[in-house]
This record gives sequence, C-alpha cells and structure tokens, in this order.
Amino acid sequence: MANFLLWAWLGGLMIAAVAGPLGSFMVWRRMAYFGDTLAHAALLGVALGLLLQVNISLAVVLVCLLLALLLSTLVHKRIIATDTLLGILSHASLSLGLVSLSLFDHQSIDLMGFLFGDLLAIGQHDLLWIALACCLVLVILVSIWTPLLSITVNEELAQVEGINVAWMRTLLMLLVAVVIAVAMKVVGVLLITSLLIIPAAAARRLSSSPEQMALLASLLGMLAVTGGLALSWFYDTPAGPSVVVIASTLFFLLFSFPRSFRLS
Amino acid sequence: MSEVLLSATDLGVKRGNRWLIKGVDISLEAGQITTVIGPNGAGKSTLVRSLLNLIKTTSGDITTIKGLRIGYMPQKLKLEDTLPLTVARFLDLGRHKQHQLSPQLWHDLLHECRAEKLLNRPMQELSGGETQRILLLRALLRKPHLLVLDEPVQGVDVTGQVSLYNLIGQVRNILGCGILMVSHDLHLVMAATDQVICLNQHICCSGHPEQVSQDPAFTDLFGPQGAGNLALYNHQHNHHHTSHGDIIAGEHHEGCDHG
Repeated sequence: MANFLLWAWLGGLMIAAVAGPLGSFMVWRRMAYFGDTLAHAALLGVALGLLLQVNISLAVVLVCLLLALLLSTLVHKRIIATDTLLGILSHASLSLGLVSLSLFDHQSIDLMGFLFGDLLAIGQHDLLWIALACCLVLVILVSIWTPLLSITVNEELAQVEGINVAWMRTLLMLLVAVVIAVAMKVVGVLLITSLLIIPAAAARRLSSSPEQMALLASLLGMLAVTGGLALSWFYDTPAGPSVVVIASTLFFLLFSFPRSFRLS
Repeated sequence: MSEVLLSATDLGVKRGNRWLIKGVDISLEAGQITTVIGPNGAGKSTLVRSLLNLIKTTSGDITTIKGLRIGYMPQKLKLEDTLPLTVARFLDLGRHKQHQLSPQLWHDLLHECRAEKLLNRPMQELSGGETQRILLLRALLRKPHLLVLDEPVQGVDVTGQVSLYNLIGQVRNILGCGILMVSHDLHLVMAATDQVICLNQHICCSGHPEQVSQDPAFTDLFGPQGAGNLALYNHQHNHHHTSHGDIIAGEHHEGCDHG
C-alpha cells in the first residue's frame, strides 16, 4: 500500500472518530445548518490566512469562532428568523471567501481542494496536526460530556441546576470550529457537515443511549472513510465525495431496518 | 415563622416599553406552599423565571439563603426524537454530586411518583402526565430547599391533576421544602396552598386562600365566574354567576368534582 494512502486513511479515521460524538451533539441540538454556515466561513478563514500569511488552520478556527459568536449574538437579538440569518451568513461568507481567494495568484491555490477536500494530499506533517487537534477535541468533549448533555436536554433546567449554559454553548462551537479546520482537508468546506451529521443520524436508529449513539457514529464514520477511500482508489473517484456517498449509503441502509431494532 | 429561603423586593421586568411585572414583593419560606395565580399574560412565568435568575430583571433585588438549592420543574419538556434518552438517564442528569437522596428516600419518592416502571422507557414515549411526574422527580433529586413548579399540571387530565397536586403536597411533607407554584386553575390549587399571590403585572392581593378569595381585587381580576368557582370550593355560594348558563354547567362539574 502506498504511503500517502496510509496517511489519508489514518487522518480520515481520526477525524471520523471525533466527528461521531461531536456530530451527535449537532444532531441533538439541531445544529446542522449552523455547522454548514461555519464550514462555509472556513473558506473566508483560508483567504484571511493567506492574506495575513499566518497558519491557515489557525485562521480558519478564528474566523469560525468569530462567526459563531456573531451568530449567537444576532440570534439572541432576534433581528430575523434564525434559518434566514444562517442562510444569509452562510452564503455571504462562502462568496466572500471565493471572491477574496480569486484575488490571489490562481496557480498557487487549490480551490477545488478547499471546497471538496484533498484527502490523498495529507502528509505526515498534516497527520500530526490532525492527531493533536482530534485528541484535544476528544479530551474536552469527554470532560464536559455530562453538562453538555444537560444543556442539550433542557437549557433552563441545566441553568437552574448550576451549569454555565452560555460557556458550554461557546465551548461546543469552539470544538466544532476546530474540527471544521482539520476536516477541511478530508472532505472540504462544502461537505464537512455531512461527515458530522450523517454518521450520527445513521447511528440513531440503533442506539438507546447518547453514548452508544456517539460511539456508533464514530464507527460508522470510520467505515465510511475506509469505504470512500477504497472507492476512490479502485475507481479513481474524488476521495471526499466518495466518503460522503458511502456514509449516506450506510444511513439509508440502517434506516431501512425496522424501528424496533436496537442495541441494548 | 420558618426560615425565609428567598425574598425579592420591588421586582420589575421591562421589555421594550412594557412592564411585564412591576413592583413585586415576594417572600418564600421553608415548608410553605406559595401559589401564584393570574390570568394569561399576567407575568406569572416572568416572575418565576426572574426569581430563578433565568431572565434579567429591570429593577429590584433578590436575596436568598446561602447555598440555596432549587429544584425546578419547567412548564414543558420538549425533547428531540434524535436524542436516545431513557427516563433513568434523564433523572441521573439532575443528580447533585454532594446532595443526594438517601436510598430510602429515593425509593419512597420513586414510588410516590409512580415512576418505577418508567425507568427504562425512552423519555419521548411518555404521556403528558408521566412526563410531569418524571420532571417533578428530577426536581426532587437534588434535595431542594425550594421547589419551583411552573404550571405543573399542563397537559394532564383532570384526575391526573388532582393526584399531581396531592403528590406535590406529599413532597412538601416528606422533604420539608418550600414550594413556589404557578397555576391558572384556581379551584384545584387552593386547597393545597398556604399563601396565594394574585398577579396581574403587579400583585393585586395576597395572603391565605380564603382571605384572598374574599378580596374585591380578586373578584375584579377573575370576574364573578372565577371567583365563584373558588367560593364554591369553599362552600360559600356566590350568586353572581348564576345568570349565565355555561357557568351553571361549570358549577355542576365543580360540585361533582368536589363531592
């Protein structure tokens, strides 16, 4: 097996492992569209990173986080319906990113890579960053698992019980931003949310506890990465979209199971 | 007089140009059941939510005893279908690390709330009444000093309402906690209440249930019908309401219910 294929596979597996639990929270908290908006903003982060000549991943995390904070303030002020607001910000930031990237030298920028991912271009250096980011996110996620679950069930109840709801929400957004920054390599900004949402949604039918769903989502995501890479290798299809195709296939397969089928 | 758990003076919440509540003084004591009643839009939930520090107040002060533990039962619980959560797990989320119920007390309360058989069921499959009982049980898990219930019988049928109010009364006796309850059905709550606060943006009248039911401000607020229902409950027949047919029907219903 070629080395670059191994790096791609390992990188994909690590991101899928983290995307499981994080994606589950996004499904439970109805954050799918929110995730899309952040992912689109990531392209703006790339442009900014290139412009200011700073680390691109760092720029992406910062832009995502700023947008997330802006979003929660605007939602709180109830200027306009939330889905409309998300629609506006999502496409405004995507377009702004595309426009600013077009101002750079065309040769040096792999736009398709940013949009749809370039899994096979993952190097050892990238792999190290992915591993670090995934570990960080996983450790934080595990340590705030219970309070996060509490605010997901009911925010007011959680607040009365002494949980800092605003802080937990911000932390969750930060984790999503970090995962977007690293997952951009794998599936690109246009498909990132699918890697978070689809395995979690597919795991729902089989699970009877939140932890089970999170774990199962990780496994399904890893399966999708493996299958997608194989598809890409043997049929020369684009890697990122292939992963998403396999994940969606898993989703539809699992949802054709009878409703009563659950792991106990 | 028992210990004052929480007191608020001159509480006011203003949204835009409108005061949702204004100049509210309230004091909640251990072992006492206080019921806030008032018509729709009177600011009952606003009052409760400001006391719980869930919304910002525009004026007033709230003081509590140190380390006050509050058990809160929200009006409704809306759970996403995508979240696989059993009743047992839902209850676990409400446990306090330091202040846990003794196994005996837990067992008693579980029994009182008729929740033993529900523990392994998914939360989403519970009926309205079952959900309310589980919410109450969760509020109790922290051994609260103060129990706050926002319209606890919403979506529960009439027989269920009676038993839920009985349950709340029992809980007060078992835990000795203070209870603040919001309600808009006057007649059912009155029997189990020590203090009634009649709210319509400001406090119209307050005091013992009988005292309040005779207050002209109370009749003004709820009209002869509402006040009449209450009077009936206290076996003091009030003749204001007999002129309307539909009210007489209601009277019968109340009579049956009570008898």
